[in-house]
Amino acid sequence: MLYRESGQFKTSYPADQAIFPIRQDRIALSLLLIAAFIVVPLVADEYWLGSILTPLLVLSLAAIGLNILTGYAGQLSLGTAGFMAVGAFAAYNLNLRLPELPLIVDFLLAGVCAAAVGMVFGLPSLRIKGFYLAVATLAAQFFIEWVFTHVGWFTNYSSSGVISAPPMTVFGLSVDTAVEKYLLTLVMVAVLALAAKNMVRSRIGRSWMAVRDRDVSAEVIGIPLLKTKLSAFGISSFYCGVAGALWTYCYLGTVEPAAFDLARSFQVLFMIIIGGVGSILGSFLGAGFIVLLPILLNNIAAMIGHGTLQADTMANLEHIIFGGLIIFFLIVEPHGLARLWQIAKEKLRLWPFPY
Amino acid sequence: MKKTITAGLAIGAALISGAATPTPVQAQAMEQFMPIPIYRTGPYAAGGTGYFGGMMDYMAMVNEKDGGVNGVKMTWEECETAYDNARGVECYERLKGKGPTGAAMFHPLSTGITYSTFEKGTADKVPVVSMGYGRGDAMVGSVFPYTFPLVTTYWSQNTAKIKFIGMKEGGMDKLKGKKLVNVYHDSAYGKETIDILNKQAAMYGFEVKHFPVAHPGLDQKAIWLQIKQIAPDWVILRGWGVMNPTAIKEAARIGFPREKMLGVWWSGSEEDMRPAGTAAKGFLAAGFHPAGKNFPVLKDIEKFVHAKKKGNVETERMGTIYYNRGVVSGIVSLEAIRIAQEKFGKKPLTGEQIQWGLENLNLTAARIKALGAEGLVQPLKTSCNDHEGGGAVKFQQWDGEKWNVVSDWIEADKALVRPLAEESAAKYAKEKGITPRDCSKAM
Repeated sequence: MLYRESGQFKTSYPADQAIFPIRQDRIALSLLLIAAFIVVPLVADEYWLGSILTPLLVLSLAAIGLNILTGYAGQLSLGTAGFMAVGAFAAYNLNLRLPELPLIVDFLLAGVCAAAVGMVFGLPSLRIKGFYLAVATLAAQFFIEWVFTHVGWFTNYSSSGVISAPPMTVFGLSVDTAVEKYLLTLVMVAVLALAAKNMVRSRIGRSWMAVRDRDVSAEVIGIPLLKTKLSAFGISSFYCGVAGALWTYCYLGTVEPAAFDLARSFQVLFMIIIGGVGSILGSFLGAGFIVLLPILLNNIAAMIGHGTLQADTMANLEHIIFGGLIIFFLIVEPHGLARLWQIAKEKLRLWPFPY
Repeated sequence: MKKTITAGLAIGAALISGAATPTPVQAQAMEQFMPIPIYRTGPYAAGGTGYFGGMMDYMAMVNEKDGGVNGVKMTWEECETAYDNARGVECYERLKGKGPTGAAMFHPLSTGITYSTFEKGTADKVPVVSMGYGRGDAMVGSVFPYTFPLVTTYWSQNTAKIKFIGMKEGGMDKLKGKKLVNVYHDSAYGKETIDILNKQAAMYGFEVKHFPVAHPGLDQKAIWLQIKQIAPDWVILRGWGVMNPTAIKEAARIGFPREKMLGVWWSGSEEDMRPAGTAAKGFLAAGFHPAGKNFPVLKDIEKFVHAKKKGNVETERMGTIYYNRGVVSGIVSLEAIRIAQEKFGKKPLTGEQIQWGLENLNLTAARIKALGAEGLVQPLKTSCNDHEGGGAVKFQQWDGEKWNVVSDWIEADKALVRPLAEESAAKYAKEKGITPRDCSKAM
């Protein structure tokens, strides 16, 4: 009843091709953005901003990156955390060695570095596919982690191999409180998510999808495989790289290469599987599921745990419940949370008179 | 499909209601809150449960026996980190504001989480106490006002280890030409001593080779084959968790004598030795406190806590290395609170006030005896610029059943460590644009 597009006539091609063709969607999205930019910083406390929302946004960005590669271009990758590490260490070194560059430029150049590395490791994708490609990207993951652990130059010869983010300033404003870091992350993520959404609707995104669906056919209709696959690797790694830089600068403050280990790659991969492969929205939903649920379970455990169950039982129960929920969602909706949302929207269109 | 949507909505609702949850019972006035960022799951759970179990048991004992620290009861809340840095930061943020005055101090019990939280601690005025772990240069209190690597750091411990090896070889001059191998956990923790070992190698003329072991450390065959070729005189093991028994078993396989293997204190717990079985017999490890239950303070814990079935770990684990380390940590932490109370009054204190207590710790032999921890805790005195205090290490040997102390307290070579720490701290201060405090003016 409320969510129905009848009566919204499109009179021009741009209107028909708009990102959100339905007015209700546009209103909902603007409300969400207003909430994220204005309401949240006003009402949320430091704990929520600094240790829940910021990592959530950063990992959403990484998930978008992987979704471009795996969800849209169909190239399975296990190197996400490695590319994030490239971004993190590139941002650190750019800041250290070229202090005159503004921070945002550092972040973007860090993304470019990650994109370059990603394209190199994307080269095997021209010859191998599927699980074999996953193994090739796994090599990227291990190689990158090894390089940052063992080449002292990248960590400025820190004895423990840990890099720490210097004080940040953006356009002359210092960014050091949780709110400021949240806002910086939010701006980056919002802009990049919008760019991603547009990219997948444009020529390049459509060629990715064509390659995903059947690369031989795509080649036959004139889509250059080399360019398409490498652009997917490059752009995906760019997103991961920026996410890695934000993870270091806006969230943890200090990282060691081990912060970007294989477990992180799997975490991001699970995000897109749970959230929805081939969906920008799904990246956010999946990140929400994977990041928030363990924290929520832990909070619930802390609340009801006193005196009811042994603390060690509680700690292991969290893992059991989390794993159970993943299986539950994969059984009821193998296409991810984004698909659930889509179904909900379809139902809503017909509500309250389904036929 | 309808069911799915309902379930989805239910989860959503749970998430939203969860948003308002992290406010359990608001503590009453006379309470001091201690955050417990424990790890009961993951490959390092033995360390997390033992250490924090001992600490919580000690605080429970003080509450039961003395009614708290000068009448201020200790309260605490657990938060599971699984030894993951990101989860550790989340726990820090969640717990730092709890209790009537916020967190007293934060014990990360992970070098990684220490690195990720100490700057936040400085900004929030919550002392981050990394007792017996990194980062080493944080002993320089003028640059790191809220970071306390109390008792000993890895750097100090490392010099004590070399001293011990020198004693075994019959004098420091005998170290010349010897071959040492440093097998380390490939993380911030493991890498901390590489520089200092190289320095010492140059000083005493021994050779040292470093072998990183990737987390979690179950595959070390290649490394030990190389070690066999090198045939070193000593192997220093900087392991953690499952890496330790694996290394010992591999050493046994290539026939390297365990009596020539020297572990860091995170390689020296019962949980590290037992899985290696008989292979572990003879293994040496450093420690800043001994194992065993024969201390009045542990008897008190047994009587006031475990006899009432209020213990946080199984009673059998009392007296193990990790457990005793937690008790030592509890003793030192509560002593800092007590000292701060002498200055600021017998009431719940803020992190800023407790920072003063940590900086003015003075655990004398008499005081340690009064606490019932003679032989368990070493005398400790800190100051504005010295956030380490003690610095002595005892060595112990595994006889297949238990740890036996085989050395006296061996003092660290502070003359070597301190300049290195200051150099590193100065570099850090420069990178971060920090002006060190002037400690000569402080009280």
